[in-house]
Amino acid sequence: MERLDIQKTYKIYIGGQFPRTESGRYYAIEAKGKVIANMCLSSRKDLRNAVVAARGAFGGWAAKTAYNRSQILYRIAEMLEGRKDQFVAELKLHGLTAARATEEVHAGIDTLVYYAGWCDKFQQVFSSVNPVSGSFFNFSTPEPTGVVGIIAPEQTGLSGLVSVIAPVIAGGNTCIVLASNSKPLPSVTFAEVVNSSDVPGGVVNILTGDLKELADQFASHMDINALVWARNNNELRIKAEELTTTNLKRFVSWDADAEKRIQGDPYMLMDLQEIKTTWHPIENIGGAKAGY
Amino acid sequence: MEQFFTKSHIDQVGVEERVARLNSRSIKKESKVKGLKLALNMIDLTTLEGKDTEGKIRQMCYKAIHVHDQLPGLPTVAAVCVYPNHVRSARKALGNSDVKVASVATAFPSGNSTLAIKLEDTRFAVEEGADEIDMVISRGEFLKGNYSYVFDEIAAIKEACGQARLKVILETGELSTLDNVRRASDLAIRAGADFIKTSTGKISPAATQPVVLVMLEAIRDYYYQTGIMVGMKPAGGISTAKGALQYLVMVRETLGNSWLSNHWFRFGASSLANDIVMQLEKEARGVYFSNDYISKD
Amino acid sequence: MEKQVEKINSGKLQLSGGWEYAPSPESIGHIKLEDRYGLFINGKFVEPSSKKYFPSVNPATEQVLSNIAEASPADVEAAVASARKAFAKWSKIKPSERGKYIYRIARMIQERAREFSVIETLDGGKAIRESRDIDVPLAAAHFFYYAGWADKLEYAFPGKTVSPVGVAGQIIPWNFPLLMAAWKIAPALAAGNTVVLKPAETTSLTALKLAEVIRDCGLPEGVVNIVTGAGQTGAALVNSKGIDKIAFTGSTDVGKLIRKAIAGTSKKVTLELGGKAANIIFEDAPIDQAVEGIVNGIFFNQGHVCCAGSRLFVQESVAPLVLQKLRDRMETLIVGDPLDKNTDIGAINSAPQLERINEFIKHGQEEGLEMYQSSCSVPSKGYWCRPTIFFQVPQSSRLAQEEIFGPVLSIQTFRTVDEVIEKANNTPYGLSAGVWTDKGSRIFNLTTKLRAGVVWANTYNKFDPASPFGGYKESGVGREGGLHGLLPYLNLR
Repeated sequence: MERLDIQKTYKIYIGGQFPRTESGRYYAIEAKGKVIANMCLSSRKDLRNAVVAARGAFGGWAAKTAYNRSQILYRIAEMLEGRKDQFVAELKLHGLTAARATEEVHAGIDTLVYYAGWCDKFQQVFSSVNPVSGSFFNFSTPEPTGVVGIIAPEQTGLSGLVSVIAPVIAGGNTCIVLASNSKPLPSVTFAEVVNSSDVPGGVVNILTGDLKELADQFASHMDINALVWARNNNELRIKAEELTTTNLKRFVSWDADAEKRIQGDPYMLMDLQEIKTTWHPIENIGGAKAGY
Repeated sequence: MEQFFTKSHIDQVGVEERVARLNSRSIKKESKVKGLKLALNMIDLTTLEGKDTEGKIRQMCYKAIHVHDQLPGLPTVAAVCVYPNHVRSARKALGNSDVKVASVATAFPSGNSTLAIKLEDTRFAVEEGADEIDMVISRGEFLKGNYSYVFDEIAAIKEACGQARLKVILETGELSTLDNVRRASDLAIRAGADFIKTSTGKISPAATQPVVLVMLEAIRDYYYQTGIMVGMKPAGGISTAKGALQYLVMVRETLGNSWLSNHWFRFGASSLANDIVMQLEKEARGVYFSNDYISKD
Repeated sequence: MEKQVEKINSGKLQLSGGWEYAPSPESIGHIKLEDRYGLFINGKFVEPSSKKYFPSVNPATEQVLSNIAEASPADVEAAVASARKAFAKWSKIKPSERGKYIYRIARMIQERAREFSVIETLDGGKAIRESRDIDVPLAAAHFFYYAGWADKLEYAFPGKTVSPVGVAGQIIPWNFPLLMAAWKIAPALAAGNTVVLKPAETTSLTALKLAEVIRDCGLPEGVVNIVTGAGQTGAALVNSKGIDKIAFTGSTDVGKLIRKAIAGTSKKVTLELGGKAANIIFEDAPIDQAVEGIVNGIFFNQGHVCCAGSRLFVQESVAPLVLQKLRDRMETLIVGDPLDKNTDIGAINSAPQLERINEFIKHGQEEGLEMYQSSCSVPSKGYWCRPTIFFQVPQSSRLAQEEIFGPVLSIQTFRTVDEVIEKANNTPYGLSAGVWTDKGSRIFNLTTKLRAGVVWANTYNKFDPASPFGGYKESGVGREGGLHGLLPYLNLR
């Protein structure tokens, strides 16, 4: 008798836990005419819970040393590399060829390594010491915007997902991601990778579900500081952009085609940073008179 | 001793900004005339030179009473300031006028001597007829952190002054920081100073506006705490009428009108009086004046 | 022995009477104002198509200074078209030449500084001391700073090629009319853009004088266009299809409307909006300088400042001393004729703004909060508000939450560092903050944890063209000033 395979239960990822959606709803993912997974159809309450988790994690994640964040991102890449086959298999279930699936997994891993390197460098590149007219030391540095909602690309279930999460968390933000609706399997497995990579619970939260249902919720939630939109749906995007004005969320529109940013771009990281300028007086005694 | 010192530190840049803002006050017309006369009446006309003689002292004392008789209604200066050995001749030259005799003492200007000699110096000046004693603090001991020495010394001199009012010279030009200026002010006030004074005039920089503001603020904090008024005397480097008015603005807006009399505020200066006369003549005549018409002593 | 000093019953300073300062008004003889001003479009002053003009009033005397053209949507479109046409040329001229034009503007503002400051004071009610020492010199400095960027843009954003955005629509408020015009126009021009600027309707005059300067500097026609009018003129500019970027400084409510209006378009946007900044005094602060910082924080420009330090947090151990000093300092503030060189606090910008401020004061009194106002006299005509402070304002009071935009300070006390950080950040705003303490490591803790775009440590309300300025959260999007202030005016590739 043939052995029966164990099927995986795909759940969502909130605050370092894998709950089922509180709504109890699901949508089926099929391959070759057979149901391969029942995905959580996340609700606005799941989003609410995820925002609470992300807000709670923000202070600690932002306060970690840049070196530590860098190592954690690199750790995600290591774990992803180790589970490459699983991701390739899932992407194949979503209809990708083996070659294409492998390419996408490699892209995801390399993106993580790329942003791991930026964690402790973007501050130097994008900071400034400002020569103000007066006896003041004045400098400007980037700081994370806060809790970021992300509408991940639809077509690239893994590389697209990684390409939008990595720059956000590399800069010290926490996030709630709405994964691809049609290719969600790798997003949940990626959550498992994140969960085993020293990423504190709540830094990355991943929901699966329907954009139509959740777009407005992401856009109007008053405790989300920024919304990243990386999906082709103009109508929902414009509506969301309008709704983000309720609390003046930063609205960042990124190309839905992850292929266009395989390597990454530190200016994407900077899209989720605020520049803070600090002033302090400089006492002026001695020195000049002595001709030092 | 430490409990005398304010918990707060001084931010130099903030002090300079406040000074700049005070200096932006525009003093015109009747307030200028009134202010200049007030400033004239606050001057401690000073000569502290090795070559001082009885003749020089007589000259200066006459000027103290008759600053510029051509312009009626001018006040006298507040005091003359001399070395102890010239107190007697100054006293005599001033006769019955209200002008006080102030004497430096305590091994002026360095203060490097024994307490016994300083006390003797002080008692001598008082016995010779000084109304006011301008002492110097032991800056070396202060900078070493030997605050109780400095405190006790001031207290002892204060006792030796008897009825004479004591001005304590901090010699701020040697104290380096405004934090030290503030600390020395707190110390001197609590040790019994009737006035605190910036400088001997022998060290550069002498009085500066930021230093004076910090000292006025020390006086204010003591007044807030105790209701006791202490006087202030910037000395050295004040030679223009405009500068004098800027100090009056500073006093008015820091300590209020009660301090705007020569009982509580003095200028230690030698050439300031003539510049004030120059400006008063200009206000009276409506034309710019010349030094050829003012006595130089 | 007894101290030879006079014992006074209470340590109360006598800060009024005695030696007073005589009036010292700045002369206005040198100033020429036209009876009416047209719109500055394509290098010329033109009549508005509606032929309608509205009066600009001196808030200190309620007298009409001049009449200002009201730009219709058609006029706005004409200005945008002129800017579009000029963009083709302006974006192509040699960057170093572009820089030289902007340097020339800076110099000419300096040459006409006195005229600008007197008109700013007449039109907006701010004290001449501030328009003379702050607004006008900073405006010139802004042009001077950005002029030098024009031919160095390739060094600003590593790894990217830059190009100008196109036509920028810029809308500015009434609190710093000339300075805000400079903040907007200087970086836009340096980056190779052309602009259509709309000043606030109560304070158009210095922008129109700036138009004269720009004309006299020989800038190509249409590079800078200035359209005057109220909210509808601004809306026409925001909605114009011909602009590529909006830069707005003003209220958070209007900022939200603007972003909503341009949602789904490719228009870039920077917003510099409201604030309710915390100014935090620790017990080891340089107290006398901190008191000065409180005064600069809330009474600068009649409190019409988006980054005003309007929420004062004082550590309980020094609260009585700080309050005593603050009250005494307030007594020395001179409120009155803005043209008098000794005036510290000028006129409230307009009757509606005064009404709004007075509503807040009334609300505070009705809530039973302890209030202190300085005892100074104010003129009978014009719009005035004495410096006002409220003690022990609860965090939940409107006075601690809403932007008043006037000389009204809400004071709270605190005990611990964590408490004050939480309260300071407990607001939808995040423009600025102040911290006063002598302890270096505490300063950096606070400056890191406070969610605000500008943090002044042991100082307050300092501005510089080289220093980026802008808000977190609902206080705005993007930065103005410094290298970071170029970004909104460039496309990166």
